Amino acid sequence: MKKIFFLFLVTGLSPLLFGQYPDGKDILRKIDNNMISENRYYESSMIIHGRRTSLTFKLKTWTAGETKSFTEYLFPVREQGTKMLKLDDQLWIYSPSADRIIQIAGHMLRQSVMGSDLSYEDLMEDSKLSDQYDAKVTGEEVVDGRKCWIVELTAFVPEIAYHGKKLWVDQERNIPLREELFAKSGTLLKRTQLSDVRRINERWYPGKILFKDMLKEGQGTELIIDEIRFNIPVPDHIFSKASLKK
Amino acid sequence: MIKFLFSGLLRDKHRSLIPFLVTSTGVLLTVVFHAWLTGIINNSIEFNAKYSTGHVKIMTRAYALNLSQTPNDLAILDTDTLMDILPAMFPELNFAERIYFGGIVDVPDYRGETRAQGPAMGIGIDLLSDGSPEIERLNLLPSLKEGKLPAKRNEVLLSRKFAAKLELTPGDTLTLVSTTMFGEFTLHNFILSGTVEFGTTALDRGTIIADLQDAREALNMNNAAGEILGFLKTNTYDDDKATIISQKFNSRYFSEDDEFSLVMKKLPELNNLAFAVEYSGKIKGILVAVFITAMSLILWNAGLLGGLRRYGEFGMRLAIGEGKSHVYGTMMIESLIIGFFGSFAGTAIGLLIALYLQNKGLDLGFMMKNASIMMPGVFRAQITPSTWYIGFIPGFVSAQIGTMLAGMGIYKRQTSQLFKELEA
Repeated sequence: MKKIFFLFLVTGLSPLLFGQYPDGKDILRKIDNNMISENRYYESSMIIHGRRTSLTFKLKTWTAGETKSFTEYLFPVREQGTKMLKLDDQLWIYSPSADRIIQIAGHMLRQSVMGSDLSYEDLMEDSKLSDQYDAKVTGEEVVDGRKCWIVELTAFVPEIAYHGKKLWVDQERNIPLREELFAKSGTLLKRTQLSDVRRINERWYPGKILFKDMLKEGQGTELIIDEIRFNIPVPDHIFSKASLKK
Repeated sequence: MIKFLFSGLLRDKHRSLIPFLVTSTGVLLTVVFHAWLTGIINNSIEFNAKYSTGHVKIMTRAYALNLSQTPNDLAILDTDTLMDILPAMFPELNFAERIYFGGIVDVPDYRGETRAQGPAMGIGIDLLSDGSPEIERLNLLPSLKEGKLPAKRNEVLLSRKFAAKLELTPGDTLTLVSTTMFGEFTLHNFILSGTVEFGTTALDRGTIIADLQDAREALNMNNAAGEILGFLKTNTYDDDKATIISQKFNSRYFSEDDEFSLVMKKLPELNNLAFAVEYSGKIKGILVAVFITAMSLILWNAGLLGGLRRYGEFGMRLAIGEGKSHVYGTMMIESLIIGFFGSFAGTAIGLLIALYLQNKGLDLGFMMKNASIMMPGVFRAQITPSTWYIGFIPGFVSAQIGTMLAGMGIYKRQTSQLFKELEA
């Protein structure tokens, strides 16, 4: 009986005694190492499932580090040639039909990108998680047949789109398979689901991301990565306002 | 005898002046007050109808649920077909497609980069069709302050203050930054053709008025419209007619199961206008009741004072043999004369003041800054057929009632006491 009680005590307290859950910050660093690269180029399809219809956009994107990104819309015809440039915390959009470059700033950053479930602020946020959030592992759960850590993140930097995040992180592949994004008030703002995880070189990367703005009706927005290349040479002139009109 | 009494009234000012002034002042106030209230209520109703609600409004059910956000992603589709059906279905109405939209007006500098920006509230209306009634309906020509009305595609009007804030003058280029019906980001260039001022804060703050086809192109709303407004051909809202029309429409198009089915709403169901429509119908009754009660009391009082002053005269007349009914009768005839001329004078002066208020109006825009319903900034009185008699009849009647009540004292005089009173 004493043995059984001892065994129960040891197994019951083991997470506290032996630290069963890993350090949250370590998990964030592993996610950053897996997801963030020096630069990348990808072609994607964005499918917006609205209340009435679904719209598909095709785009190609170049990113360099955490601060530079350039996107060009290839489809539909109405949006062909529309370009977006992000440099640090500034964002510009070029519309070929109006031949104008407009800077997106202030409250406009919170607006939806092309009617999707993504905001411009979401596009701007490409920094390392470990540089913005404290993390704590609160449990584990199986998502899509994969064992995941449940990691709760709290921002320690001001001026951030989401004060809190809850991630379900694949224990082996260091990639979040599900995310819940919260406002400072605790309101759930967005949910994302990452699937079709593929090995690309030494990284694990999602082939499909489903974004759902919880404050908006509709079936969410799918981002399908058609092609992705990491750490390829990207000419610097791409990340300039001059390239918007080219 | 009337000539005799009339001469008496003219020669003895004490007998006629105060009742005349009381009657004419009361009638004057009633006429002005009626015209003023009628003007405010009807102006507000018609102003809302023309700029926002129509006498009836057709939307999708989902759009109607979020009407304040003007969600164009829930707009009416295939409006061409609907616009062919509606005039045949409701010949008593004129229909107009409208697109209300939000966005930002961005002004480029010489390099094409942003020089100034401001939030805008846009209206897409039919500006370019031959003889479009929307130009007159929205009072665009008299509201034009600079430039001209749009005459070709991609020309727009801006509210004068908004244009001044953005330092825009007619001929300048501006870019509308908005979202399309499908939620896409859109930039559309326009040329400012002119500036307008409507005298109402809600419209003068940041309005951009574009042709319907341009708004459709900018917002990717081909053959779609956020709303279809219906206007009764009489140009005046009639709740009974609107009720019948909306019931007929909704029985054909409304479906509880389809959020994109169409719904027709009446003016009182929009912009919190129910109270205005209801109050408008009751205004005459309220005014007449208040006026007759107040004026009767005042004229009764004036009659009593007059009766006291003429106490000796009535005693003498009774003492020399004139019948009580005759004395009472002559008093009533005198009051008829005073009531008629007092009411006539009050109505005439009241109509002149109302006419002035109808033409000039009073600028109360500063009180309307945070008004939840759309109100004109300049309030004007409105002379209607009932304004001509609304004061006259009660003025005339209350003069009689006042005299009747005051004159009843004559019947309480005792003939046997009259000589004693005279001796005293």
